[in-house]
Amino acid sequence: MEKYHSEQASIVVSSVSKSYTSGKTVVKALDNISFEVEKGSLFGLIGPDGAGKTTLFRILTSLLLFDKGKALVDGFDVISGYKEIRKRIGYMPGRFSLYADLTVQENLNFFASIFETTIDENYDLIKGIYAQIEPFKNRRAGKLSGGMKQKLALSCALIHRPSVLFLDEPTTGVDAVSRKEFWDMLKGLKNEGITILVSTPYMDEANLCDKVALIQSGSILNIDTPHNITHTFSKTIYRIKGRDMQALLLQARQWDFAEQVYPFGEYHHAVIRQQSTELHFPEGVEASRIHPGIEDVFIDLMRNHDQ
Amino acid sequence: MTNKAIIVEKLSKTFNGFKAVDEISFEVGRGEIFGFLGANGAGKTTAMKMLCGLSMPSSGKATVAGFDIYQENESIKKNIGYMSQKFSLYEDLTIRENIRFYAGIYGIRPDIIKTKTVQLLTQLSLEKEADQLVGQLPLGWKQKLAFSVAIFHDPQIVFLDEPTGGVDPITRRDFWNMIYDATAKGITVFVTTHYMDEAEYCDRVSIMVDGQIDALDTPGNLKRLYQAESMDQVFLQIARKAKRTE
Amino acid sequence: MKQFYHFILKEFYHIFRDRKTLLILLGMPMAQIIIFGFALSNEVKNAHITIVNQSNGAASVQLVQKIESSKYFELYNQSTQTADIEKMFKRGAIKVALVIPSDFDKTILAQNNARLQIIADATDPNVATTLTAYLSIIVADFQKEINQPNTIPYTIDLETRMMYNPQLKGAYNFVPGVMAMVLLLVCTMMTSLTVVREKELGNMEILLASPVNPLIIILAKAVPYLLLSIINIITILLLSYFVLDVPINGSLTLLFAVSILFILVSLSLGLLISSVTDSQKSAMFISLIVMFLPTVMFSGFIFPIENMPLPLRTISNIIPAKWYFIIVKSVMIKGLGFNLIWKEVLILTGMMLFFFAMAIKKFKIRLS
Repeated sequence: MEKYHSEQASIVVSSVSKSYTSGKTVVKALDNISFEVEKGSLFGLIGPDGAGKTTLFRILTSLLLFDKGKALVDGFDVISGYKEIRKRIGYMPGRFSLYADLTVQENLNFFASIFETTIDENYDLIKGIYAQIEPFKNRRAGKLSGGMKQKLALSCALIHRPSVLFLDEPTTGVDAVSRKEFWDMLKGLKNEGITILVSTPYMDEANLCDKVALIQSGSILNIDTPHNITHTFSKTIYRIKGRDMQALLLQARQWDFAEQVYPFGEYHHAVIRQQSTELHFPEGVEASRIHPGIEDVFIDLMRNHDQ
Repeated sequence: MTNKAIIVEKLSKTFNGFKAVDEISFEVGRGEIFGFLGANGAGKTTAMKMLCGLSMPSSGKATVAGFDIYQENESIKKNIGYMSQKFSLYEDLTIRENIRFYAGIYGIRPDIIKTKTVQLLTQLSLEKEADQLVGQLPLGWKQKLAFSVAIFHDPQIVFLDEPTGGVDPITRRDFWNMIYDATAKGITVFVTTHYMDEAEYCDRVSIMVDGQIDALDTPGNLKRLYQAESMDQVFLQIARKAKRTE
Repeated sequence: MKQFYHFILKEFYHIFRDRKTLLILLGMPMAQIIIFGFALSNEVKNAHITIVNQSNGAASVQLVQKIESSKYFELYNQSTQTADIEKMFKRGAIKVALVIPSDFDKTILAQNNARLQIIADATDPNVATTLTAYLSIIVADFQKEINQPNTIPYTIDLETRMMYNPQLKGAYNFVPGVMAMVLLLVCTMMTSLTVVREKELGNMEILLASPVNPLIIILAKAVPYLLLSIINIITILLLSYFVLDVPINGSLTLLFAVSILFILVSLSLGLLISSVTDSQKSAMFISLIVMFLPTVMFSGFIFPIENMPLPLRTISNIIPAKWYFIIVKSVMIKGLGFNLIWKEVLILTGMMLFFFAMAIKKFKIRLS
């Protein structure tokens, strides 16, 4: 098997396109996507459902052929080297894909056996995660709560100590507490030297990644570290607050210095037009300049991309 | 007629000795947006099912839209709308067929369905796509459409179960705009979400922990009470108390 | 090998934890044997007959008694009016009528040349044919009896013997049929369903992304159903031997060997179906419509293949159950040995290899 030598990159995607037909229309799931993931880093694909994240994951896990481009995982081509890749990766698909009628332990044992390893062999790697569900090892996987299912799925994906871990929307539909726990677990795995590619529709999770790609409608809008993405954002954003937030929103959309105004939790965010020098906020409106967040950048990129 | 859309008193649901919902009490005012938050497994879904008349409580009292949940659950079903992320519309029917089907369930007169369908399609700018299969629409559009269909029969209350999960940030905000429009028409909104910024858009928020309601107030008051900067922090403080491993 | 063992273990967990399905799988052969054995029999027993005896001589009365005593007929009414017959047919009271003309007794003794008329309700042609055949046999028998003292020149004494099944029991035909049907249902349908279920639930996605050889996935799915089917064969054979009195004339070992061969054919077919379908619905549809119905129709177990037009007879050759049906009848009922069934065995072996090779070839190593 030909192995491509790449010093740093664990995943290389270059000009990958993939389209499929749905009914009579041709849908571009991925449109000329390129990026690299450094060895041992935590890379996030941030974007809404339907952006093409799952398609990309399936291509990288050697499960899907594509129309154009080239993709390498751990030095192997995802098409010709699929057998090698399948030995080296751990994959946790978007929906729970373990056996609901098997117990926690039976599931883990089964996945250990298909990778020709045992639970004991790599127990130190999964210990931190598996220990939390071990008290329920005789419970059927289908009867676990969402957070526990997720921990089991992650344990199963890690049981053979993969060099690259693919996690497709592991935190979708999961509450804020479990999400935080999950990201802590990922940090621990990163320290073990495992490269992690994770996708999420939650913009706030971008900050927990080393590097992110913002993806929308099959295209990458931006790739960088979360810090660079927000700090290189050239537009000025003010957060505004008034007594009647709904009325303020409608009113603020009429301001000529505001390019965009949209709700953002407790506040509204107003994107200021670039030429505007003087900002006159009406009486009773509390306004202060803020650093843009990933979500602000995403909204802006999305609007410009659509136009 | 009271000015309360939902009144819940010591409502409980027990499964084989396991208290999924443990004596919760709260009231939701008419036209209010009520955020129903909680960790996975805290009992949100079970409570919501009881309020929609889909599941019988083990004990306690509750009226929804003025109807008793034990005796009048058929009347409740006529007066509420329901939408969830998992089940909403038939993917293999067109937009128009979906609207007609759901409107038909609620016994709306065909001529009214016709005029309201035109209105709805214009509002969502879906006139051109009206005869496309729902399965071919992007997720954000589906969710907006599903919400419109859920309030097509002008229910008193609409229950939304994680309506914006996985939706892009712009559509998510469009969706909340639609929720505001619905409340302007007097519809009460009962919503669950995992996006904590969306909790801020609610008039009042309850947070469930281990089957009980641990906190219930406006987002502003909750933040003050827990000395937190955001609802995210409030939620983390409260939900971490959970002992339930289920 | 350890991989394979864990895979099989997992399949057994699936089967044993789905109690309802397991119960259906094991109960089905019993139900089928009992239904076919006692309810859906195509033997004709106690058919209502009316005899219009216009002769009423000694010979005709003797004939009537002989028919009455047969277990195939039950005398519904005796009259002397032919006009009554049609009324009784219209009411559905009788299946067949025998008219003995007034000159019967006279002519049979004087001229050796008597006439009888049989009228049958042919709305169900099979029953009508069977009943007239039974009546003819009784009449021929009767003729022989009354002729005993004399020897008539130039008569052909037709001696009929029903080989292998002297009592003409339907069970001899349907037990092999039920065996083919049950094995096909369990093996083809259940295997295809379990593989496709993994695709539907997304388990296959993880399995494909792992280094497991597709061959292992496929084989491990088949093993539990092979064992389950062997249990089913044993149940069917025990029930038919002890409850329905169907003998096992040939070698039991041979019978088991060919049954296992047929199970392997069905399993391969099930695996092939699962390789080319993505949903349980279509797997079920293909198993039922494309495999199960032709098996019932073209295996010869309900409709005799000899009576079919050539195109259908040709189609019947590609139905594995047809060959298995022939083999089981030969071994179980006729007691034949391997030297007389090797051709059919060879055909089944060929089919198995073909289906299995196709299943492996069509197995997708990627999604879609």
